[in-house]
Amino acid sequence: MKKLLSGNEAIALGAWEAGVQYASAYPGTPSTEILENFALYPGIKAEWASNEKVALDNAIGASFGGARTIAVMKHVGVNVAADSLMSLSYTGVKGGLVLVSADDPGAFSSQNEQDNRQYARFGKFPCLDPADSEDARRFMATALEVSERSQTPVLLRSTTRLSHSKSVVEFTEPQAREFQPLPKFEREGEVTRVIIPAIARRRHPEIEQRLQAVAEWAESAAINRLEWGDKRIGVLSTGIAYQYVREIFAGYSILKLGMSYPLPLDKIRAFATEVEELIVVEELDPFIEDQLRAAGIKVAHGKDIFPLCGELTLAKVRAGAIQAGVPVEPLPGKVAPLAELAIPSRPPALCPSCPHRAFFYNMARQKRHAMIAGDIGCYSMGVMEPYKSMDMLISMGASIGMAHGFKQAGGQESAVATIGDSTFFHSGLSPLAAAVYNHVNITVAVLDNRITAMTGQQENPGTGITLQGEAGREIDIAEVVRAMGVTFVEEVDAWDVAAVAKTLKAAMQHQDGPAVMVVRGACIFTPHFKPQASLQVDPEKCIACGVCFKVGCPAILKSERIYEKTGKQQTKIDPLLCTGCTVCQQVCPVGAIERGSE
Amino acid sequence: MIKHKNFLFVGVGGQGVLTASDIAAQVGLDLGLDAKKSEVHGFSQRGGVVESHIRWAPRVGSPTCEKGTVDVLLAFELLEAARWIDWLKPGGDIIVNRQQITPMSVNLGQANYPDAEALLAALEKRAGRVIPVEALPLAEKAGNVRTINTVLLATLSALLETDPQLWENAILRRVPKRYAEVNKVAFKLGQAAAKK
Repeated sequence: MKKLLSGNEAIALGAWEAGVQYASAYPGTPSTEILENFALYPGIKAEWASNEKVALDNAIGASFGGARTIAVMKHVGVNVAADSLMSLSYTGVKGGLVLVSADDPGAFSSQNEQDNRQYARFGKFPCLDPADSEDARRFMATALEVSERSQTPVLLRSTTRLSHSKSVVEFTEPQAREFQPLPKFEREGEVTRVIIPAIARRRHPEIEQRLQAVAEWAESAAINRLEWGDKRIGVLSTGIAYQYVREIFAGYSILKLGMSYPLPLDKIRAFATEVEELIVVEELDPFIEDQLRAAGIKVAHGKDIFPLCGELTLAKVRAGAIQAGVPVEPLPGKVAPLAELAIPSRPPALCPSCPHRAFFYNMARQKRHAMIAGDIGCYSMGVMEPYKSMDMLISMGASIGMAHGFKQAGGQESAVATIGDSTFFHSGLSPLAAAVYNHVNITVAVLDNRITAMTGQQENPGTGITLQGEAGREIDIAEVVRAMGVTFVEEVDAWDVAAVAKTLKAAMQHQDGPAVMVVRGACIFTPHFKPQASLQVDPEKCIACGVCFKVGCPAILKSERIYEKTGKQQTKIDPLLCTGCTVCQQVCPVGAIERGSE
Repeated sequence: MIKHKNFLFVGVGGQGVLTASDIAAQVGLDLGLDAKKSEVHGFSQRGGVVESHIRWAPRVGSPTCEKGTVDVLLAFELLEAARWIDWLKPGGDIIVNRQQITPMSVNLGQANYPDAEALLAALEKRAGRVIPVEALPLAEKAGNVRTINTVLLATLSALLETDPQLWENAILRRVPKRYAEVNKVAFKLGQAAAKK
């Protein structure tokens, strides 16, 4: 059958077709849909791990047991898993193990745009770079074969543009398959899987040889493909960048690399001597270009004409080609941007009835006494108008450690950490242990919306539902925190403005180690959330004071009606957007907001 | 016979832009062409701007269009048509839902939503055909506000002079069965909107 699949759907399909039996992942844009799709296939086990290192460790155990396996994460997640990853290269694998890293050039929904191909060179294992969904599907099988043949972990690197684009894939309809138990565990004579110093020293030269062997295989591997054309220009490209090259450099010779590490240097050298000028087009770092220059291969153009930062586009590749003096087909002309009218920006906002709203409304009222360390999730939007209640944010789970350090270094304000439920289980437990142990007076607000929300509502240890929809064990955050020795633990209804205010104030005044408040309310996209009748504004009562705008709800709008005493616009509520959470009603000083008739 | 078409669908998170673009890509395949589509989600789900590119050609390379090469800009919201106008190719067409969704910056009084007629006039100056559609009232008339995307796809099918049945079938394959009838009605209303 012929179907349009996203890169992520194709990676899942390729993994299933290639016999992957176990997969583990932590959700993160743009990688999330890979495991969501893989989980739907028969005869496999797929799980959400509590973080990316756990996901990789799960996969390592599966591989050592003999199963084909994948671990899936976004680019910054690989940083979390890197401790195991770097030594996994030394231990090698038994069942094929592929680490899927979904990078985010352009940082559409990430804190940086690191180029994870660098991990392949750093860790000394191969990196495959698919250019469309069909590649993604096929390369998964190749990656697993390479992994098993050379006993190496293999990185399969996607990018946002590949993961979230759909292109045609041809495949046969997946058939039923039974889950296969592993053969009896055979204790091996040699203990390369136990990476103590003596073994590590012995393994290091072996992995250098292994890399060499993969490079030799790459010289004739089908994934590195020559497309001969006009030989005045030869373009070397990889990943999604190849698609831009194919259009802009149409008619010229192209060497499409399916693997950016290790490189088939002889093949590239031969290509370079056949063409008059060698141009390298790659997204982000000059990863291939640097390797070619180090090998003494003459590169006419690379990062001198193509941007180092940001996602590549047809327009950027066109501009680079023109700069290199390559004759390219011109554009038909331009349409002027609409400059005569000011176009207001449309930043994302917390949804109507979002359970984070009352907390950030209160945080904004308290922020003159506080330093607020944030974390990764929808609640990162606490930094935006009208709250402006986040002072630092750097990585998953970092809020608690940053608040701790700020306080211990002598910070005079209250230090508040805001962290989501999934992020808390990801990497909030160990910094909380450090704060309890060192008796640090910080406030930790666990914004528990009962789901991993920002990535599209994935289950987590706090919800107790597994990726494959089974009932697992739900972990109670307040109980865990109490067991860790926190002396201030309070749960509060996320939509009760006064209760959140009271708890927040008390937590900030707590002087016996960390104070933890668990702000509980289900994300509006979960089945737990029950929408209510929309609210409306009584124009006879509204005094146009604007307090309701401070809750930052997309459903609260300026009305055409004017409050006569001040000449200001009154408020109205969009009945299509409002789901009746009452946060605005609670803050209205004159009781002008009431339940609509429905 | 259509050989090459670039489409850019834009709107606000939650409007059904991504479903509509899936359907448009599928119609490209059903016409016997290659098709790709590309979008960015993540943060943009939360009431932010959503953009989705769809390309039809005998063989498509890049999944995204290039600024200045879009044949049809389909805007699910009036302001978004204005924001993305410079992606259009000279003489390209615009289908624009007249619905207005005010951004938070406007709610907070930091910016104004431009006058609707002035926006449409500015679009007229830059495009080949501009087809404004009252997609929200039409979807309501069809029986479900979520059929906005069906209304707009029907308008697109009429603008392109392609077989409407291909589009209707692609839509019906995609939506839950219990919504088939409202989508059929919405499709008829959207087709008629193109002819005004």
